[in-house]
Amino acid sequence: MAGDEKVTIAHGAGGKETWEIVNKLIVRRIPEHLRRTDGGVGIDKLDDGAVIRVGDKYIVVTIDSYTVKPLKFPGGDLGVLAASGTINDLLMMGARPVAVEDAIIVEEGVDMGLVNEIVSSYIKVVTDEGIAVIGGDFKVMPKGSLDTMVITSTGIGIAERPIVDTGLRVGDDIVVTGPIAEHGATIIAAQLGMLETVKGLSSDIKPLTKIMLPLLEKFSNYIHAARDPTRGGIASTLNEWASAIGKTIILKREEVPIKESVRSFLDMLGIDPLHVASEGIAVLGVDPEVTDELVRYLRSMGQVHASVIGKVIEPPSDIVRGKVLAETEVGGLVFVDTASVLVPRIC
Amino acid sequence: MQVKYSSLESMLREYVMERNADAYRELISKVTKVYSGALVAKIRKLARGVGRAVKIMDFCGTHEWTITHYGIRTLVPDGVELIAGPGCPVCITPAYYVDQLIKLSLDGVEVLTYGDAVRLPASVGLKPRSLLEAKAIGGKVHVVYSFMDAVKYAKSRTGDMVFFAIGFETTMPSVASVIIKGKVPKNLTILTAYRYTPPIVRYLFTKVKGVHLDGVIAPGHVSAVIGASSWEFIPKDYGVPTVVAGFEAIDVLIAIEKILEMIAKSKAELVNEYSRVVKWEGNKLAKKAISEVFDVHDAYWRGIGFVERSGGFLRDRFKEYDAVRQYGLRDPPEDLSKEIIPGCKCHEVVLGLSKPTDCPLFMKVCRPSSPYGPCMVSIEGTCRIWAEHPEVLMLKEIKSTSNTLKF
Repeated sequence: MAGDEKVTIAHGAGGKETWEIVNKLIVRRIPEHLRRTDGGVGIDKLDDGAVIRVGDKYIVVTIDSYTVKPLKFPGGDLGVLAASGTINDLLMMGARPVAVEDAIIVEEGVDMGLVNEIVSSYIKVVTDEGIAVIGGDFKVMPKGSLDTMVITSTGIGIAERPIVDTGLRVGDDIVVTGPIAEHGATIIAAQLGMLETVKGLSSDIKPLTKIMLPLLEKFSNYIHAARDPTRGGIASTLNEWASAIGKTIILKREEVPIKESVRSFLDMLGIDPLHVASEGIAVLGVDPEVTDELVRYLRSMGQVHASVIGKVIEPPSDIVRGKVLAETEVGGLVFVDTASVLVPRIC
Repeated sequence: MQVKYSSLESMLREYVMERNADAYRELISKVTKVYSGALVAKIRKLARGVGRAVKIMDFCGTHEWTITHYGIRTLVPDGVELIAGPGCPVCITPAYYVDQLIKLSLDGVEVLTYGDAVRLPASVGLKPRSLLEAKAIGGKVHVVYSFMDAVKYAKSRTGDMVFFAIGFETTMPSVASVIIKGKVPKNLTILTAYRYTPPIVRYLFTKVKGVHLDGVIAPGHVSAVIGASSWEFIPKDYGVPTVVAGFEAIDVLIAIEKILEMIAKSKAELVNEYSRVVKWEGNKLAKKAISEVFDVHDAYWRGIGFVERSGGFLRDRFKEYDAVRQYGLRDPPEDLSKEIIPGCKCHEVVLGLSKPTDCPLFMKVCRPSSPYGPCMVSIEGTCRIWAEHPEVLMLKEIKSTSNTLKF
């Protein structure tokens, strides 16, 4: 890498730049035969977790570092975020979460009450789901060398049949389990100091265990891909999927569920909700044979906004291969691209 | 809910007046669903009837965003070309203001600015290149979301501050009313870079060669202040059909339909499609506040030139608030030779003379993540909008893809 090249926020935003830097820094340096374990899924797949085959079962492992500003926001805090994120990543791989470990780094001088509150949140979310906390680490960095607190969390789960997103195929329906963009919109509003003026925003953050475990039980063979659309929103998830399988995904934009308060707030800032993170929904690639039944089932479990939002199609032309398209509300056709950094409109 | 097309505008107006956002949204979605197909069909039929290529300018950056975000160019027939106009304040704000503010910020005067203007490039060769870069080397720069926000910020702190007042008639009343009320804190001055919109349109018709327009979609927000009547001169003096339009996709489709209808009948009129917000005479209070506070003079538009009576400058009696007078700045300065960044076609893009794709820098050195020219900075800038909507760059292919698509 060039001598004067600097790491930018875009590199960590979960879009194209993140994939490029991870690929350049890490993936390419690992010998091909060591990018996964025998019969498993490893670092060469851009998925929620890795898969290790043990006999006729699979162990799923996931790791993520969590930072959020502000640390506490309507609907949750950093602890809830780390716990839910870890659990959801396991679920999206088709695994039943079994255990977690967390490594906490705190900036010197931070209020102990705050640390206590966030760690309590983490433990509560994990243990409420009956998941074991089997290890961790606690470090402190000198004042000024870290912004308040970072949690790195590892999750371990067991899968009979892991969901690897490259299993997505032409004809599959794209389903979302609930309204999009609520977490990201809440964080943007908090960062802009607009939570008081903009009403009705709250993060959707939650572990998806109660939705996903029954769903996996009932439709296991028919869910070909699953992802919790965090950084980069559903645009990022779907672009990764389309590009990984070299097909086209087409959305019907008006079918994408979104709360009015979220839509109007993002609209005001000129931010496309498809680019904005959720922490409490899943995007699924579903065999069309069971789509209707699966959506009905989701709705019967209280996911009343669960909707079919699009489909995987054979690319009608080369320029749209590996891309995501959307039919707009007036019938126009646009690309759904990934956004590197969200910049609000001001004027 | 049943909606009659003809009664749509009056229903929407009621919701706007009641500030009933949910009902408004619901109605817009419903109407969009029910009528957009028919509108597109009508547009196609009208275009066939007209039988020649037509060029329609969408003045406003937000209209350009609507057109692009909703894929409207993929819906209209090939003969109907939609081109973006000068309605992006950040794109046309002269670089010399940025130069002056960078210097002030480094001299310890805190610059309060909108978020997109911090990345606005200064004059060619100047280092630092923007207020953002000035901030990185210790310049005092703070992002605000409105003038009220700036006032609040200045009140709660000490030290001299200057507000970078860019924009069109839409943003002028908020500054004017605070000045009239005498509520500007003593430590805050204002650098006014305000520009009026009708003069640039007149300039486009009289001074700019190479742009032939068959229709104009006039700005909605601006017209809410200055009134639909401000655009009467376009059909009257230049014979070009003009529609003041709202910012929903359906508004823009209606505007295109009405323009094509007028072209088909060979008549040029002014139509106010956005009557739920825009009155014929505009907002009298806001207009009064603007004229009370600002003097109108010829003013420079970045890369374009001086446009007659197009700049809003603080009147003498408000000189205590005027950064130009307080800091001995020059507006305009003598040297305007460094406004256009070499290779950048932004000044041609805003006049409809070039498309972003005609610019050799577009998506090469100039990208949304690292803007080179002013049109890539603002979310209302045509280059930025096109960069984030790649289908615009391959319209022909996308249109033919669209025809073969089975959903």
